[in-house]
Amino acid sequence: MTTTAAAPTALPARHYLNEQEGVKSWLLTTDHKRIALLYLFSITAFFFLGGFFALLIRLQLLTPTGALMDSDTYNKVFTMHGVIMVFFFLIPSIPATLGNFLLPIMIGAKDLAFPKINLLSWYIYVLGGLFALAALIGGGVDTGWTFYTPYSSMSSNSRVLTAGVGIFITGFSSILTGLNFIVTTHRMRAPGMTWFRLPLFVWAQYATSLIMVLGTPVIAITVLLMAFERVLRVGIFDPSIGGDPVLFQHLFWFYSHPAVYIMVLPGMGVISELIASGARKNVFGYSFVAFSSLAIAIIGFLVWGHHMFVAGQTAYAGLVFSIITYLVGVPSAVKTFNWTATLYKGSISYDTPTLYAFGFIGLFLIGGLTGLFLAAIGLDIHLTDTYFVVAHFHYIMVGGTLMAYLGGLHFWWPKISGRLYPDAWARLSAVLVFAGFNLTFLPQFVAGYIGMPRRYAMYPPEFQVYNILSTAGATILGAGYLFPMIYLTWSWFYGKPAGDNPWGSKGLEWETTSPPPTFNFDTTPIVTEATHQYGHHEEVKVV
Amino acid sequence: MAPSIPIFPEQASTLASRVDNLYFFMLATSGFFAVLVTVLVVFFAIKYRRRHPDEHGEPIHGSLALELIWTGIPFIIAMVMFVWGASVYFALVRVPEQALDVYAVGKQWMWKFQHREGQREINELHVPVNTPIRVIMTSEDVLHDLFFPAFRTKMDALPGRYTQLWFTATKTGTFHIFCAEYCGTRHSGMIGHVTVMTQADYENWLGGGSAGGSLADKGQQLFSQFACITCHRSDAQGRGPVLNGLLGSTVHLANGNTLTADAAYVRESILNPTAKVVTGFQPIMPTFQGQVTEEQILALTEYIKSLPAAAAGSGGTGGAGASPAPPTPGPTK
Repeated sequence: MTTTAAAPTALPARHYLNEQEGVKSWLLTTDHKRIALLYLFSITAFFFLGGFFALLIRLQLLTPTGALMDSDTYNKVFTMHGVIMVFFFLIPSIPATLGNFLLPIMIGAKDLAFPKINLLSWYIYVLGGLFALAALIGGGVDTGWTFYTPYSSMSSNSRVLTAGVGIFITGFSSILTGLNFIVTTHRMRAPGMTWFRLPLFVWAQYATSLIMVLGTPVIAITVLLMAFERVLRVGIFDPSIGGDPVLFQHLFWFYSHPAVYIMVLPGMGVISELIASGARKNVFGYSFVAFSSLAIAIIGFLVWGHHMFVAGQTAYAGLVFSIITYLVGVPSAVKTFNWTATLYKGSISYDTPTLYAFGFIGLFLIGGLTGLFLAAIGLDIHLTDTYFVVAHFHYIMVGGTLMAYLGGLHFWWPKISGRLYPDAWARLSAVLVFAGFNLTFLPQFVAGYIGMPRRYAMYPPEFQVYNILSTAGATILGAGYLFPMIYLTWSWFYGKPAGDNPWGSKGLEWETTSPPPTFNFDTTPIVTEATHQYGHHEEVKVV
Repeated sequence: MAPSIPIFPEQASTLASRVDNLYFFMLATSGFFAVLVTVLVVFFAIKYRRRHPDEHGEPIHGSLALELIWTGIPFIIAMVMFVWGASVYFALVRVPEQALDVYAVGKQWMWKFQHREGQREINELHVPVNTPIRVIMTSEDVLHDLFFPAFRTKMDALPGRYTQLWFTATKTGTFHIFCAEYCGTRHSGMIGHVTVMTQADYENWLGGGSAGGSLADKGQQLFSQFACITCHRSDAQGRGPVLNGLLGSTVHLANGNTLTADAAYVRESILNPTAKVVTGFQPIMPTFQGQVTEEQILALTEYIKSLPAAAAGSGGTGGAGASPAPPTPGPTK
């Protein structure tokens, strides 16, 4: 690496942001990096909208009788929080932004395999998002993000169909992104970029893409069947017209459990990169980390029934789903141990991305370990549908995915924008997010074990203390999310030029300019070694 | 009422401590690994902190032995957790034979309980202490879930099906009942209390009596009122099968299949009589869909259960046991 010493004074003259200008050049772009930014902009809008609903939830629950809203409004608020965060933020988050931006660069390609389809996927996402917004403006949805029948199909008077159409449409953007990533990874790797030289981020995106392509059609089918029942009164899920409500849950979770891995696997890929760069070391047990992603993607398709231990499936189905759920926990444990071992004899920085990576390990650890509680079928009977579950999945989806997303954003921001952000603010925000998150969700484990059910607009007074702690934590968490929004926006215009490789990191993305040129590399790179090979000290000395 | 700031739920059933012991085991095991990883991360982060901007880590590629260890140990621990969880689960789902039956019907947004003795309650349930209680439940509309945190058990109530849970309360007092499956506007208002009483108090409470007699008596009245009795006679001369000793017996169907009669079968036969026609009979029974409530179906079932089995005729060829078998909730299909 040759760039760590001399502070760059200007951005490169020519890069993907300035080669073309004007609104049209953005709306009709086929550049994966620009599409990544379109996605970044849209999912950030949805994130703050979903976050606003989270804020309303936390304010409502300050008092046992509900401080803010009536029950109907509250039901709509938590539903919209879930729908927006899951389908319009978390699922697209890392793949559509960081994945879109980085996957071609990391394998030394000029773009994704199907650039126009990539742009199409963003438009599909936006169209789906508009339906979600229409559902919201038209009065909201009150089914919970799980849309359980027969409530959603026969009972609810809210905008179920509009929201369902939004989810149906958005699913296709996931499928197209997944397809694009799979083909790109197979066909577009630079000379010398063998499968086992791929960065672990690419492995994780690849495993995620498999789930997107195989799983997402099932949610489309499920939503469609629900719509049939709601509109045409075809008896599919409602027993009063000959349907089976548990069938809906089977179909829903057949997608929505793997969807959790769509959210968290890319995060694991980000963390592998952050740890390797933060410790300037190759990831310990590379192939185990890579294959554990595939193992999670495959086994993750076989565990959906653990959402239904009290739903009326047979005891033996419950046992099978319980044991497979424990099996899917093992590869996650393997990853965690490998990240920890990577730190051994590393050269560990305390840069913002590394702080996020540490935060991820801590929160994902708690999220994963509490998953073991819920997989124990005799214990899950008590825990399911309580705040214990709420806390658990927020540790995975927010503590895991969102920490990784923010960490990744801070790690690659200099590459994306070409500029540096104020480091002190960034570190402070990382600490705020970590502390605020724990204060928000740790008390919910306790409230859940005592028995506080989820989706309650009002609750018995003995749970109040835990809700006050949660709301206090959420306030800190909110600040931790607002700061990056502000200073990253600021740095986009006023940040110091970052140079090609501000972290002294390895990887093809650090060998091109910041920001990269439209086709990423001036000449196609030739790869001669595995990912994150540091320790060639004679090279380092060349400053 | 629980203390103002509880950190742990009351243990008020025989299985509460078994569930809690598993919980403590999980806490201890996961606590150990959480601390282990956290200490290692913090220790490495400090010991191997970057001391020079151009410093690199040592190239260490991995260790097969370590990978096997940290795959194998979590796997073994996971299997222990699975087996422990499964054994607690079996205790939670295996209903003791002598359990007292109580029926629950969920609807938006209340729990309706019916005792076999005839008492009906809404959002309140009275049960005797130290006695196994089985709650057999269904729903009139959407999904609900009957949750007793102090007993560490819950079960979804589904429309069109019977599901069940059981507990033996070990403490007298009043404990929460929650609806744990989201069911619409007043989901958080679908709560109540279970009052656990001494045997004597419970007898007194039952002695308060209920208009219309026991649940089976109510069923008998309905049996006449809906004119079931004209076809389902006990002397095997009716146009419908004899119902004495039906529950638990083997029923031979016209399509050649056989099944063991349970409450779900009785319910289906009332609401959709042509779905499963008994061999030797014509599909002439009209449906009672929309005319009979879930609670009335439970009363009718209870009445059929109370019929003396001795007169069992062509309807059920099995049913050797003298006492009517309890309905076995389960999938209707």
